Amino acid sequence: MSSVRVLVGTRKGAFILTSDGRRKSWNVQGPLFEGWEIYHVKGSPAEPNRIYASQSTSWFGQLIQRSDDGGASWAPVGNGFAYDGVPGTHQWYDGTPHPWEFARVWHLEPSLGNPDTVLAGVEDAAIFRSSDGGQNWQELSGLRGHATGPFWQPGAGGMCLHTIIVSPKNPERIFVAVSAAGAFRTDDAGVTWRPINHGLHSEGIPDPDAEIGHCVHRIALHPSRPDVFYMQKHWDVMRSNDAGESWSEVSGNLPSDFGFVVDVHAHEPETIYVVPITSDSVHFPPEGKLRVYRSRSGGNEWEPLTKGLPQSHCYVDVLRDAMAVDSLDSCGIYFGTTGGQVYASSDAGDSWEAIVRDLPAVRSVEVQTLA
Amino acid sequence: MIRVLLPAHLKTLVNQQGEIEIDVEGPVTLRNVLDALEVRFPVLRGTIRDSVTQQRRAYVRFFACEDDLSHQPADTPLPRAVAAGAEPFIIVGAMAGG
Repeated sequence: MSSVRVLVGTRKGAFILTSDGRRKSWNVQGPLFEGWEIYHVKGSPAEPNRIYASQSTSWFGQLIQRSDDGGASWAPVGNGFAYDGVPGTHQWYDGTPHPWEFARVWHLEPSLGNPDTVLAGVEDAAIFRSSDGGQNWQELSGLRGHATGPFWQPGAGGMCLHTIIVSPKNPERIFVAVSAAGAFRTDDAGVTWRPINHGLHSEGIPDPDAEIGHCVHRIALHPSRPDVFYMQKHWDVMRSNDAGESWSEVSGNLPSDFGFVVDVHAHEPETIYVVPITSDSVHFPPEGKLRVYRSRSGGNEWEPLTKGLPQSHCYVDVLRDAMAVDSLDSCGIYFGTTGGQVYASSDAGDSWEAIVRDLPAVRSVEVQTLA
Repeated sequence: MIRVLLPAHLKTLVNQQGEIEIDVEGPVTLRNVLDALEVRFPVLRGTIRDSVTQQRRAYVRFFACEDDLSHQPADTPLPRAVAAGAEPFIIVGAMAGG
C-alpha cells in the first residue's frame, strides 16, 4: 500500500509526519535538530530515502544534514558555501551598495534523476550545486554575475533565492526566483541566466514594469506541462504559458492577491491552490478566516476551501515553501502555518484536518509519496 | 591538554556532553585551539569561524578566566591557566532570546 511522508521544517527543528495512503492516522517524528532553524527539508525523487535538510542559526551558521534511510538517522555533510570570485555588491534596502554575504540556505532541490546531485538556493541570492551528495558545493555564478546583479535588492525576509525548478523535460533548463529581484531562467544548466519577468507589475519599484526588482514569492508547475507556470508574487497571482517569456495576471476573484504559496494538483494541471493573505503589511488571512483558494481553470476563477479550517480568529501566515501535494489517486494537499499547524486534505482540498497543531512556526512543507 | 566548553547547540552537533579535551600542537593560541577543535570535529567548520575568512562569527564570543577574548588577535596566546588545563576555554553564543 502506498504511504506518505511529510517533511516539515520549522523555526526550531524538523518533523517527519508519516501515514499510510488513507492519510487518516499520522505518526509524528521529531523534533529533529531541535532548537535550530530548519528552512527546508526535501527528499530525492530518484531515491526517496535520501533526504536533505537545511539547518541554521544566526549564531552558528549553516549546516546541511543528509539522511540515507528516510529520516531515521542523519549526518552533516558539507557547508562550504563560498561565492565564486570577489562577490561585489547588490543594492541594500535604501538603494546603496551592499556586499553579498552568505546567510543561509533557503531551499534544497534534489535532482530528478540523481540522488547525489542537489541544488541549493541561498541568501544573499545565489545558486549552488553539489554533485557528491552535499559534501562539496560550487556556485553557478552566472546567475549572481548577471549584469543586473548589482541592482538586485532584498525583500523583507532577506535577499533570498527561494524557488528552484528543474524542467522535468530538460535538465539543462532551470528556473529560479529571488526576492526581490524576480524570476530567472537558464537553458544551459546554469552557465548563463536571463530575467523572465515580462508582464510582472510591481508598485514598489521606480519602474513598475522593470526587467528586475519584482518580489516573486513562489513559482509552481505541473510536470506534464513544463512550460506552464503559476506564480504567487508579492501582490498578484500570475501565469505563464511560455516558460516565463511572458506573464499575465490570474488573480481574478481572490479576496486578496497577496500571499506566499502556490501549488498545482498532482493530476489536474489546471487545478491550482493559493492561500490569500491580507496584505504586505498584514500577514494573516483576510477577516481572520484561513481559506485555501482553488482554481480549476488555471486561475481567474477561484473558490474558497474552508471545511476543517478555522473560520474565525485565525491570524497565522503560510510561508512560501510551506505547501506541497502528494501524488496519490485522490490528490493530497498539505500546508503549514506560522502558528505551528500542518493541515492536510486527502480530497484535493474539499476538506481539511490538522495533522499536528502546536509545532514551532512552520517554514516549509514537502511531501513524498512512497510506493 | 586544553579544556573547551561549547555552547549547547554545538555540543549537540558533536555528540558530546560537558567539556571537551583536545591536544593543541604549538603555542596555545586562539587560532591553534580552534584549528585543533575543527580537526577533531570537522562538523564545527563554519559554525564558530567563517570557513572562508576565518573570522569569528558575529554572534559567537570567546571567554576564559573571566575575561572576554573575543576581540583578541587570533595568534594571541591564551591565558596560562587555559594552556595548563586549569581553566576551560569557553565558546559562547551571544546572549539573546528567541
